[in-house]
Amino acid sequence: MKTTKLLSTQHMVTLAVALAALAFAPAMLKTYGLYLLSLWLVYVIAAMGLNLTVGYAGLKSLCHAGFMGVGAYTVAIMMKAGFSFWLASPTAIVICFILGLLIGFPALRVQLHYLGFATLGFNLLLVLFFRNEEWLTGGTFGIQNIKRPEFMGIALESNTNFYYLVLAITIIFAVLLALLLRSPWGRAFAALRDNAIRAESTGVNITAYTLMSFAIGAAYAGVAGALFAPLVNFIEPAPFGISNSLLFLMMVVIGGSGRFYGPVLGAAIALLLPEYLRFLKDWYLAVFGFAAVAMMIWLPGGLLSMKEAWQLSRAKREAKQKELEQAGGAA
Amino acid sequence: MTDFLQLLLSGVATGAIYAMAALGFTLLWQAAGTINFAQGEFVMLPAFAMLIGMSFGLPLWASFIVAVVLSILVLGAAFKKWIVDPMRGTGVVAVVVATLGLSIGLKSFVKAAYSAEPHPFPSIFSDEVFKLAGVTISYSDVGALVFAGLMVLGLQTFLNKTITGRAMQAVAQNTFSAEALGINVKRMIFYTFAINAILVAVTALLITPTYLAKFDMGDNIGLKAFFAAIIGGFNNSRGALLGGVLVGVLENLAGAYLSPAYKDGVALVLFLAVILVKPDGLLGTPQERKV
Repeated sequence: MKTTKLLSTQHMVTLAVALAALAFAPAMLKTYGLYLLSLWLVYVIAAMGLNLTVGYAGLKSLCHAGFMGVGAYTVAIMMKAGFSFWLASPTAIVICFILGLLIGFPALRVQLHYLGFATLGFNLLLVLFFRNEEWLTGGTFGIQNIKRPEFMGIALESNTNFYYLVLAITIIFAVLLALLLRSPWGRAFAALRDNAIRAESTGVNITAYTLMSFAIGAAYAGVAGALFAPLVNFIEPAPFGISNSLLFLMMVVIGGSGRFYGPVLGAAIALLLPEYLRFLKDWYLAVFGFAAVAMMIWLPGGLLSMKEAWQLSRAKREAKQKELEQAGGAA
Repeated sequence: MTDFLQLLLSGVATGAIYAMAALGFTLLWQAAGTINFAQGEFVMLPAFAMLIGMSFGLPLWASFIVAVVLSILVLGAAFKKWIVDPMRGTGVVAVVVATLGLSIGLKSFVKAAYSAEPHPFPSIFSDEVFKLAGVTISYSDVGALVFAGLMVLGLQTFLNKTITGRAMQAVAQNTFSAEALGINVKRMIFYTFAINAILVAVTALLITPTYLAKFDMGDNIGLKAFFAAIIGGFNNSRGALLGGVLVGVLENLAGAYLSPAYKDGVALVLFLAVILVKPDGLLGTPQERKV
């Protein structure tokens, strides 16, 4: 039985190589490269959460950047008020989780695309709040000089040390997500996505699971936000707007929604690739946009569905070939 | 009081323009199940087409006609043939991501290939004002209101009174029975895309003088059209008109009387309230969920 083994050998080897590469990356990268790699990991955490909501539970959520903003602002405001990062970040995660629950309630009323619209509206509201409530958020000037934390006496101020913190937290939350998806909860989320009414009739409490998938997804965005603020040292409303929420959705879908490594790949394409294609300047985004269109036409399951799409098309071709041969034989 | 009336009138005028973009949005949804996140960019492109036409020395009306023709060919026919048709049956999320990609692609293309600067755009109406019972009224507001109002009402009449229009509605309601009744479904869907293409070109003509032609002008228009369509009722084309006018009027009044900072928030709050209380919009009919 395949399922008795936790991971296939091939999977284990690939994972070990990837983790080793990430662990040795600081030795090979300059300051900016390391910063980008850390930012990518932060986006991966957020996109993993969205993948749970969108890809596994099938709910269309378009305010992920807003949740990330709530996480980032919570940490920044609390640290400015003198609280430690290790108290501020769990608070940020809890606040995002609760907000996710509150947003999940309309999800129970409005399914399908209306939910996407409602969450989009909520994100706009959050941005207006970040921008206009200057006494709390600093308005358009944002909050500056956010310090990086210490961990058990080790200063994480240096880029390398902070990178290892981000990497460690990414791995922890990736493992937690993997465990969640392997649990009966993961199956319930998939049942919710595939057919909510059928799931309900087989005894899945869809109310609870809808709320949970939303709240856990939002909590992951909160984790990402909590790391984003000290990483960049400075936050303002712009990165938490709807265009980034839409970008998060694109990351998940382009990578392969409902696939564990989809967000990892999607975040790399949306964040790391533009840096290597800088010489293209504005044309890069044009190419990125049109490439996304082309991909949705030919590969709507995302990049990670390539293998299956190829196998499917080969199976189809073979079936057709057989049909033709039989027809030829009959004639 | 006169202030209020002035704000109301200019709100209705802006709202009528939003309504056109919103109407196109709902028509595409009804006929082809396409949620077009690039609708704002669909307004931006004809604006630039007219700008380029005028830079070749064409008068505004002539470049408008060129823009309408190009719009039908590119945003109507090509969009349907190369993007919407191949994606039939892939699900809403894939279509949303594709139109999002299209939106980013078109914006960045215009920015990279033409310019990142805002360009002034001539109005078809004079910018003078006149007074009526103490209320200052601008010709461009009245012109926009009349023009957009005629477009929307004309389209309503077309959809309800002509055989082609009714056939289009039949396709929107039930493709299979429409086909069984001998309606040329493919052609009707193409007509819908063509109508959307004309609507966005007219929207561009009316709104660009105030918004200025800029690569990202579609962000705001697209969002307002989107709100208007949902507030009115996503599956009802009359709803788009109501939604557009409500959004236009409310944001104008809120900007003046409440807080300019939260001006955009008012349409949003209305939008969220409608979604929570009546998810199918003010004039929409509930959709059944399938098992």
